[in-house]
Amino acid sequence: MQETLAIETKDLTKNYDGVTVVDHLNLSVRENEIFGLLGPNGAGKTTTILMLLGLTEPTDGSARVCGFNPTREPLKVKRQAGYLPEKLGFYDSLTPGENLRFIADLNNIRGTEADKLVDELLETLDLAKDKNLAVGKFSRGMKQRLGIADVLIKRPKLVFLDEPTSGLDPKGINRLLEIIAELPQKGTTVVLSSHQLYQVQKVCHSIGILSKGKMVIEGPLDKLGRDALGGGRYTIEVETARPSPQLVDIVKKIEGVIDAEVKDNLLRVSTSADLRAEISKAVVNNDIPLVQMKVQEFSLDDIYMKYFKES
Amino acid sequence: MTAIIRKELADYFTGIRVPVLFLLVLLASGAALFAVHQGIRGTASEGFVFLRLFTTAGNILPSLSSFMALFFVPLVGIALGFDAVNSERSGGTLSRILAQPVYRDSIINGKFIAGIFTLGIMVATILLLVAGYGLRMIGVPPNAEEVIRIFIYLALTIIYGAFWVSLSILFSVLFRRIAASLLVTVAIWLFFSFFMLMIAPAIANGLAPVVGNTQAEILRNAEMQQMILRFSPNTLFGEAATVLLHPVILETNMGLIGALASGQAAYMIDNPLNLGQSLLVIWPHLTSLVSLSVICFAISYVVFMRQEVRAT
Repeated sequence: MQETLAIETKDLTKNYDGVTVVDHLNLSVRENEIFGLLGPNGAGKTTTILMLLGLTEPTDGSARVCGFNPTREPLKVKRQAGYLPEKLGFYDSLTPGENLRFIADLNNIRGTEADKLVDELLETLDLAKDKNLAVGKFSRGMKQRLGIADVLIKRPKLVFLDEPTSGLDPKGINRLLEIIAELPQKGTTVVLSSHQLYQVQKVCHSIGILSKGKMVIEGPLDKLGRDALGGGRYTIEVETARPSPQLVDIVKKIEGVIDAEVKDNLLRVSTSADLRAEISKAVVNNDIPLVQMKVQEFSLDDIYMKYFKES
Repeated sequence: MTAIIRKELADYFTGIRVPVLFLLVLLASGAALFAVHQGIRGTASEGFVFLRLFTTAGNILPSLSSFMALFFVPLVGIALGFDAVNSERSGGTLSRILAQPVYRDSIINGKFIAGIFTLGIMVATILLLVAGYGLRMIGVPPNAEEVIRIFIYLALTIIYGAFWVSLSILFSVLFRRIAASLLVTVAIWLFFSFFMLMIAPAIANGLAPVVGNTQAEILRNAEMQQMILRFSPNTLFGEAATVLLHPVILETNMGLIGALASGQAAYMIDNPLNLGQSLLVIWPHLTSLVSLSVICFAISYVVFMRQEVRAT
């Protein structure tokens, strides 16, 4: 079975005044997944999104978004794809409903259908109680949630969210991520651009890391983690009361342990699963006093740092 | 595009701008009526009496037609357009709209049409107010030709307004900052309305000096002055409006009056120009005004289409 791709680019390139912002980018995003587009500031994330929406023309290369070429048929792409810009703005004097209805109107959704959709979205995004307030009085988090509603009102098959969590408090971030995580079930593919690694890790299925306009690495998150950390998905640190070199051999015999190394009192074990129970049992059975154990799931930071050291 | 026009109109009418401008509409109509009250008895009674409502000046107050040309239409045009595009850009709404399935040109078209529409409503309100109350005041009903002339004047005013709207939209596309675009359009308005009147004689004296005080020289100088003034849309509109509303003293507009001694003006044939002839006279003015607005609009269009979307 061939997987359908929501986005596919081939050697996509963009120059601004002689500076290459996006450099021969090859990117593929599958349908109904959350794809995290990562990279430091100025890596070309926003430019890539703008090109995929047909808002700016690529210097070279081509792209297909929802089966259309965004440069040639921007309207067909925009009918199916929503875009939440990083610098988000609404008409401050209008209510959220009026703001949404205008966008619905631009998408040919009118009358009772639009009213129903607006109410529904305001409800899902916890904005129903503020629907008579002018958007100018909204807090940053409310605006960001309204932004998501604004993107979803056209019932898109694909949404681009550019730094959706910037400037939000932790509670707001969590709520927003919850909402984003639910989108693929409703048949919406999400492209999330961010440099907040922790958040991306929480919701994304696949990621691509951009650096200086080039794709450094791309793929499903768990696979990247394995590659980056030499196979282990978990790292378990075992602290014992005294150094014991033979412990390495004991631990290595446990099924699922990929590697183990000892340094003074500390034993670092990389495993494919959370094997704390098995390891502690092995340690205690061999009469070594166990002080504490810490489990660390691999973090995107590790991947990120590893690839940025290389590039 | 209708969605954008709808939204723009809703914005104008629910915002502070249009109510304030409508206050100006009331003031303008009131002032015009007051001017008519003061001055209409002194004007000659031949020709189109009803049209005198629009062209009679009072002791201090200017006539409605000159007020429209100098102040009202340019200011309303600028007020409606100066922040059309750059406020969307700085507010962050432009990229949101551009991500919707609409052609980029329909955004600027929608704003332009909504501006013209609003301006049209205001001008029509003024004309109707003055015509209505004027009718009560002077008791002379308009004849068919006068009604037609008023409608043509309305159309002409809207075209003139279209120039100011498109000029201010042009600068709102060119400048990212709202203050900059407002200042530049106001500067252009000042230049055409006032500085032009000061520098035109100076340039005319330089190019066609009056040395021997002969008729031919004075005539040449006056014509030159008129030529220069016609670069200003205000003059174009003013002349055309006078021909439409006050066709009796057509000669003034042809630049002849400068060549005549003031005593001689009394000997001029008092001939209300008929409608067809009036239209013939103002045809060049009309086409110039239309082309000026088209040029402004075309430039803003091209610049807007090529502008990068990203705000940074």
